[in-house]
Amino acid sequence: MNSLLQTTPLDAWHRAAGARMVPFAGFEMPIYYRSIVAEHQACRQSGVLFDVSHMGRLRLEGDGAAELLDAVLTRRVTDLGLGRTRYSLVCNQEGGILDDVLVSHLQIPSGKQYYLLVVNASNRAKIVQWITPHLERFPFVTMTDRTELTAMIAVQGPSVLAACGRFFKFDANRLRYYHSVVTEHLGKPVIVSRTGYTGEDGLELIVRREDAVRVWENMLLAGRDAGFIAAGLGARDTLRTEAGMPLYGHELSESITPIEAGLKFACNLDGREFVGSEALRRVIANGPGRVRVGLVPNSKRVVREGAAVLDRVGNTIGEVTSGCPSPTLSHPIAMAYIDDPNRASGEVFVDLRGEKVPAEMTPLPFYQRSSST
Amino acid sequence: MSRDETSLLFAESHEWVDVTQVDGAQVAVVGISAFAIEQLNDLVYMDLPKAGRVLTRGEEFGEVESVKAVSPLYAPVSGEVLEVHQDLADHLDQLKDDPYNFGWIMKVKVANQDDLGLLLDHAAYQKQCSEPS
Repeated sequence: MNSLLQTTPLDAWHRAAGARMVPFAGFEMPIYYRSIVAEHQACRQSGVLFDVSHMGRLRLEGDGAAELLDAVLTRRVTDLGLGRTRYSLVCNQEGGILDDVLVSHLQIPSGKQYYLLVVNASNRAKIVQWITPHLERFPFVTMTDRTELTAMIAVQGPSVLAACGRFFKFDANRLRYYHSVVTEHLGKPVIVSRTGYTGEDGLELIVRREDAVRVWENMLLAGRDAGFIAAGLGARDTLRTEAGMPLYGHELSESITPIEAGLKFACNLDGREFVGSEALRRVIANGPGRVRVGLVPNSKRVVREGAAVLDRVGNTIGEVTSGCPSPTLSHPIAMAYIDDPNRASGEVFVDLRGEKVPAEMTPLPFYQRSSST
Repeated sequence: MSRDETSLLFAESHEWVDVTQVDGAQVAVVGISAFAIEQLNDLVYMDLPKAGRVLTRGEEFGEVESVKAVSPLYAPVSGEVLEVHQDLADHLDQLKDDPYNFGWIMKVKVANQDDLGLLLDHAAYQKQCSEPS
């Protein structure tokens, strides 16, 4: 075992449950317990639990915290109402994506307010480093990395609210989509957010490290009759791919702008200046240099990350960034960047390990749940 | 007739071999081990060789694809492919349940007797599988 890898507070639980553990972003994480496909289908049909404790959790508080975040996030934070959560990006001066994040405006029972930034595990150190110099301009703001003091559990699926909602002091059934609340589960403090990364309805919970196993087991128990199971990163990846959601390091990187990634909705440029805003205005004015599309290869074989997208005569016109079999659709799906935004629909070809296979470019997502509440 | 796992030979690359006699010739029935199938998890595709193809020991003869990855299959012995289990590709779910009977992939006419001596017996293969990778 690599001793440089960190473990989450649920590590012993995963191992006892027979999970196959793999290194991911500096952590040992479960890739699956029994079957990626079964875990994927359980999420689409009832509910699953993911340990996402590897994700970074940064707390910003004090006078000026919203203004500081406003200066580094692509979306406005100063008008983020108490109890609300927003998807946003952190960009560099060139408009390249440093990370995609969730920012929440929260209040602890004593009345004190703060902002919570949930960042990708692989980008946590980078984002801390990126924000730190900004603290000089906001002397009353403090940033605390809460990651190692807490655990994070995603409970995702159509039955989650009905099965688990009432087990929080603030009934999560009253929590609207992209809202968050600081509340309790059986006397244990918990931040509950109605968010997720699967394309299903559900909750994301942040608890104290020492409460992680108890809360995890209680959520499993609450969903037992509905068929809840634990799911690993394998299913998380196929679920987010079906939902057309980008993943940092695949669809997102420092050399890709939010406009190219199809995330213009997460950039609020009206009368705002933030790191990268000028560059993003230029990209919008000139038109993006490439565009993210869905791909359905006409093949049973899976087109994977790094495969070239080709035109009829074999010129490379793009590259696949993610690909997997879709358990819901029963055929392979992929996401790719196409270098010419005017040619982002219709038929192309992909280099499937040496074989030129036709593929249809499709709008994203591949899967959308029937009702978003 | 059910194949006994413990009497099979194994390649380090996780293919199993059952050596049979057909009309006086040695024929190797080839499949993938239960351990490898378990490790691959959730198979979605298998690329099979064509009958008549002449394989060299260690040569890639096909691939098996799971949700997460593609893994090449390597010929455990040299020789001509006599027969291919065509039904297998459409019934990968059954491969997991019965890797040593239903899960046979191909029959190869053994060209070089010495190839068999390079394979592991069941105990040696089990030992390899239990070592941390």
